[in-house]
Amino acid sequence: MNNNWSLGHLPDPAQNQQAIDVTELDAAFILTQLKMMLRIRHAERCLAGGRRDGLIGGPVHLGVGQEAVAVGVAAELRKTDRVFGTHRSHAHVLSMGSSLHRLFAEILGRDTGLSRGMGGSMHLWDQPNGFYGSVPIVSGTVPLAVGVALAAKMQGGGDVGVAYLGDGAMEEGVVHESLNLARMLKAPAIFVCENNLFASHMHISLRQPKESTARFAAANDIPYEIVDGNDVVKVRTAAARLISQARAGQGPGFLEAVTYRWYGHVDWREDIDVGVKRSAVDVGAWRKRDPIARLVAGLQAQGLFDEQRLAVMEAEIAVEVAEAWKQAQADAYPPLSALTSRVFVSAGGVQ
Amino acid sequence: MSSTRYNYGTAMLAAFEYLLEKYPEVFVIGQGLWSPWYVGNSMTDLDKKFGAHRVIDTPVSESACTGAAVGAALAGMKPIVVHPRMDFMLYAMDAVVNQAAKWSHMVGGQASPGLTIRSIINRGGEQGAQHSQALHAWFAHVPGLRVVMPATVADARDLLIASVLCPDPVMFIDDRWLYDLEDDLPPVVERSLALEGPRCVRQGHDVTLVGSSYSTRLAIEAADLLEQQGVSAEVIDLRVINPLDPAAIVTSVEKTGRLLVVDGSWSPCGIAGEVIASVVERVAPGVLKKSPARITLPFAPAPTARVLEQAYYPTAATVVSQAGKLMDKVC
Repeated sequence: MNNNWSLGHLPDPAQNQQAIDVTELDAAFILTQLKMMLRIRHAERCLAGGRRDGLIGGPVHLGVGQEAVAVGVAAELRKTDRVFGTHRSHAHVLSMGSSLHRLFAEILGRDTGLSRGMGGSMHLWDQPNGFYGSVPIVSGTVPLAVGVALAAKMQGGGDVGVAYLGDGAMEEGVVHESLNLARMLKAPAIFVCENNLFASHMHISLRQPKESTARFAAANDIPYEIVDGNDVVKVRTAAARLISQARAGQGPGFLEAVTYRWYGHVDWREDIDVGVKRSAVDVGAWRKRDPIARLVAGLQAQGLFDEQRLAVMEAEIAVEVAEAWKQAQADAYPPLSALTSRVFVSAGGVQ
Repeated sequence: MSSTRYNYGTAMLAAFEYLLEKYPEVFVIGQGLWSPWYVGNSMTDLDKKFGAHRVIDTPVSESACTGAAVGAALAGMKPIVVHPRMDFMLYAMDAVVNQAAKWSHMVGGQASPGLTIRSIINRGGEQGAQHSQALHAWFAHVPGLRVVMPATVADARDLLIASVLCPDPVMFIDDRWLYDLEDDLPPVVERSLALEGPRCVRQGHDVTLVGSSYSTRLAIEAADLLEQQGVSAEVIDLRVINPLDPAAIVTSVEKTGRLLVVDGSWSPCGIAGEVIASVVERVAPGVLKKSPARITLPFAPAPTARVLEQAYYPTAATVVSQAGKLMDKVC
């Protein structure tokens, strides 16, 4: 981008509020992306309420405001790809086509959940849909994504590994090892850094000397793209370039998507001014840089969508979310035998 | 059945060759694999025979390499990640303890990273505190890891094969002080690691000696010396320390009434204490004729100076002397 590794206008919420340009794009596909972003947002709003009301026992890390990143990347992925997430991965798993009901059931600790009620919000698993797992240890899955990418290279099917990580994870040593290793092994690993400018309560300016995390990709000779993470079209276009290179055997890629979370680090509160440099003014400005509203505006500008159709779409999703939530609450908890029966998978001997 | 002469190191080499030949999903990754001196004679020329794409020497990145092996295992491969010294593996603890060990449980048993982490205890020679550790007890504390410590030439080959074929994550720990041990082995028979555990390797009736890996050799050597002094020692080789099945040890102690555990690491929260507790919990009061005893390292990091190093590591004579005390004899 430049020698200063500044993100330029990208972290400024007052800019980039314009409608997203959807001219000459497949309208039907864009509408499915819009619908997925809305589904993710409604699902997370439902989870925020469930947590606030005490129905959810464990922590939930919500990514409202960041939906365009996962949906843009997932547009270029297939079920045989291998995606790893983070502590904040509801969008990552849903964008791969996971069931809302099974996500909710997992977060409520039910046996029908994605991880059979053993993981909760922070340990999600849906390998049949290409989602290999998410964990809360910051950067914990990044080397695993290099490993699935290396396996994909050995297996020869042109699949890729994807590591979602945040700007905070870029401060972990293993990320730098992983970038170098992926490059040296020419593993088709795609590192997607959701730079939401915060690690928990700490603004990136208090943690790193430069604001663009893509500088570490450059340092490891890895092709990179830096985009507005609240523009699903730009995210997809950039992801497509990196993923197609990886599928063609050219090794890893790094996508830095600049975005912002509307909720605080964990649960339903906004964390206004509880940390450092997270003000109500900033949160308000970022809400105007809404990846969903901007996409709706872009579709409307082309005459592809209107308020009435939006209302219908949102109503359908609201019903879908409400039904999934209700169904999940009625599901059974795991049997008590699950306390010890899932530690090992090989049978026999003492366990 | 024909047999072939191996030593402990070439037995592992034979296991690698068997696995790489038979299973295309097996690959090996770690530091030093293209070097003739990192791992003794246990991996000689594997890269030349099977290709550098399957026997991968790596950047100096224990953490990423171990994590990558976890990921590759989740994608259907059977990786073996090699740490030529256990001390350096400590950089990889997140991949081992948080990721590999927990994965099956936290995803409801729907996926399991069936990787093998081969780490080597490589001590002595005045190498000092950071080139000498035997941290097996750490891994025996963690649910979800199978921890294997071969003491024999046969186990060096056969338990390595069983570890790699096991769908659970396995920590396979071998010991450079055993590499010259020799034996004749029959052709490979694949076994289920979950069915392997502690085994009686020498029968006796006066005292039960328990060891693992190199400390089993000390116990066997001590048993031979004790026999010359009229003491009949039974030796149990632990082989698999996580999950630990104490049944064979309990059976032995019920016969002998005396228990001495030898371990090549520190005493607090160690495997020797775990063995003693497991036995004491299970035998009837009155079975034990003497309080159980353990032989471990001094509770200090490994020294460098020769005289200190000689005093640091227990020998067969140490075991003989301690066993004699349990028999109220001076041995």
